[in-house]
Amino acid sequence: MISRQDVEHVARLARLELSDAELERMREQLNAILGYIDKLRELDIANVEPTSHAVPLVNVMREDEVVPCLPQDQMLANAPDRVGELFRVPRIIED
Amino acid sequence: MTGKTIHALGEAYRRGDTTPTAVTEAYLARIEQLDGQVGAYLTVTREPALRAAAAAEARHRARAPLGPLDGVPIALKDVLCTKGVRTTCGSKILERFVPPYDATVVARLAAAGAVVLGKTNMDEFAMGSSTEHSAFKPTRNPWDLARVPGGSSGGSAVAVAADLAAGALGSDTGGSIRQPAAFCGTVGLKPTYGRVSRYGLVAFASSLDQIGPLAQDVRDAALLLQAIAGHDPRDATSVAAPVPDYAAALDGTVRGLRAGIPREYFAEGVDPEIARAVRAAIETLRGLGVTTEEISLPTTGYALAAYYLIAPAEASSNLARYDGVKYGLRVPGAKDLIEMSSRTRAAGFGAEVKRRVMLGTYALSAGYHEAYYGRAQKVRTLVRRDFERAFARVDLILAPTTPNVAFKHGEKEDPLAMYLNDALTIPVNLAGLPGLSVRCGFTAAGLPIGLQLIGKPFDEATLLRVADVYERATPWRARKPALS
Repeated sequence: MISRQDVEHVARLARLELSDAELERMREQLNAILGYIDKLRELDIANVEPTSHAVPLVNVMREDEVVPCLPQDQMLANAPDRVGELFRVPRIIED
Repeated sequence: MTGKTIHALGEAYRRGDTTPTAVTEAYLARIEQLDGQVGAYLTVTREPALRAAAAAEARHRARAPLGPLDGVPIALKDVLCTKGVRTTCGSKILERFVPPYDATVVARLAAAGAVVLGKTNMDEFAMGSSTEHSAFKPTRNPWDLARVPGGSSGGSAVAVAADLAAGALGSDTGGSIRQPAAFCGTVGLKPTYGRVSRYGLVAFASSLDQIGPLAQDVRDAALLLQAIAGHDPRDATSVAAPVPDYAAALDGTVRGLRAGIPREYFAEGVDPEIARAVRAAIETLRGLGVTTEEISLPTTGYALAAYYLIAPAEASSNLARYDGVKYGLRVPGAKDLIEMSSRTRAAGFGAEVKRRVMLGTYALSAGYHEAYYGRAQKVRTLVRRDFERAFARVDLILAPTTPNVAFKHGEKEDPLAMYLNDALTIPVNLAGLPGLSVRCGFTAAGLPIGLQLIGKPFDEATLLRVADVYERATPWRARKPALS
């Protein structure tokens, strides 16, 4: 069972500010979903290799060539806040 | 002028019966008249569409069209980046996002002369099976406006089903092309993982996502797949396998093909009306020379549980980029970076996206990673092996696309009940296989039913060939939803 404390911890990890009501609903719903997912324990997975990818691809390589990329002004065009050619964010270091 | 298949439109352009501009104007007028009822579009790109149509018209007049899509009006799911046209992903967090580049599939369609009518509604970040999780509006099923169109590519399926576009693209992570195609009675094809470039597809679950067509008939699906398939150096997971001529594969030869009928896909929980229609479709194909045998895919009942760890885990990582810094929404007034991101994500994401980000973060968190994510990846191997064993004996698999037909808006409030809708489409994504849904009848209430064809990796051609033969041998294609 996932506790209210677990839910608060995971919300912090996920950078989601959830209300009390949301946290409580999330606890109930995650428990219901994880309860269903528990059926995976019925399967014998000893000696089974994990699949992270459906197509067996190994180290896709290419030549290290300089090619044009998108201009800076286009990359900054969607920024919620910017100064000159920089993204601006709230202060993270104290004076 | 609307409602012609893509191949019929191409023929009409060649003969000079009509022009890309006239057809594009007719579609734009029909969208204006009817889209208020069904809500297929989030953005209609009238001016660029008319410009593209005029350019196509000039090429047709010069008898030098670019190919079968030249001047054909199509719709794009709003998960595909379109240069200069806002791409919302059905989310408030991207409400004002205008991509600086085109997705590879969008560039390829443009290079083929297709006319983009607009961007279609979807469940937020493609997470959902009903298009009710769009942050902007619900989309309605044209066969019954009280019902959902399926999802997450609900807008694209409705655009095709209601003649609001000649064809469309969607994306499929756990059934998001095939399930709405079944609910709306269109053809929907999820190609093999790696067949189509994902560059410019806003990522949900990167090991599962794949772009594919929603179309009025199988031949149209073949033409659309032809235009978008193939290796792309910008997507390292796209595969450099040769792309066959899909239209040429529609040669009507199915005699001697072996089809497997997986007993788990007719188990408890599958609507008897659906099971009956699919069984009848299988009989039709037997009559046309396909041999069938019952097979077993024993891990089927566990695929959904594995998917609901793998997909949310990948999503929680992919969606970490929406932090209010580089693009998208930012909630002002926060005192530091973490608070800014946490408040922005809380305001910008809807309930289903939050639920999946939480589930995925939990499944990947310290102490639970092996028990959840690790176990799910091993079950994924078992699902893949089921299919490998089956495809040693058969050329394709025939099954229902969905356990139930289109349900009513608001009917599935419980997240788990909604997830169970995808039980028959998810195994295909976990194994990376191609899957196609084609209309195979109607319920007594007049709702379409989908037959699902599942193929070997990179064998879309066999699925298209069999579905085309089936479609032409049965009367189902002719029926259209009544909208006015």
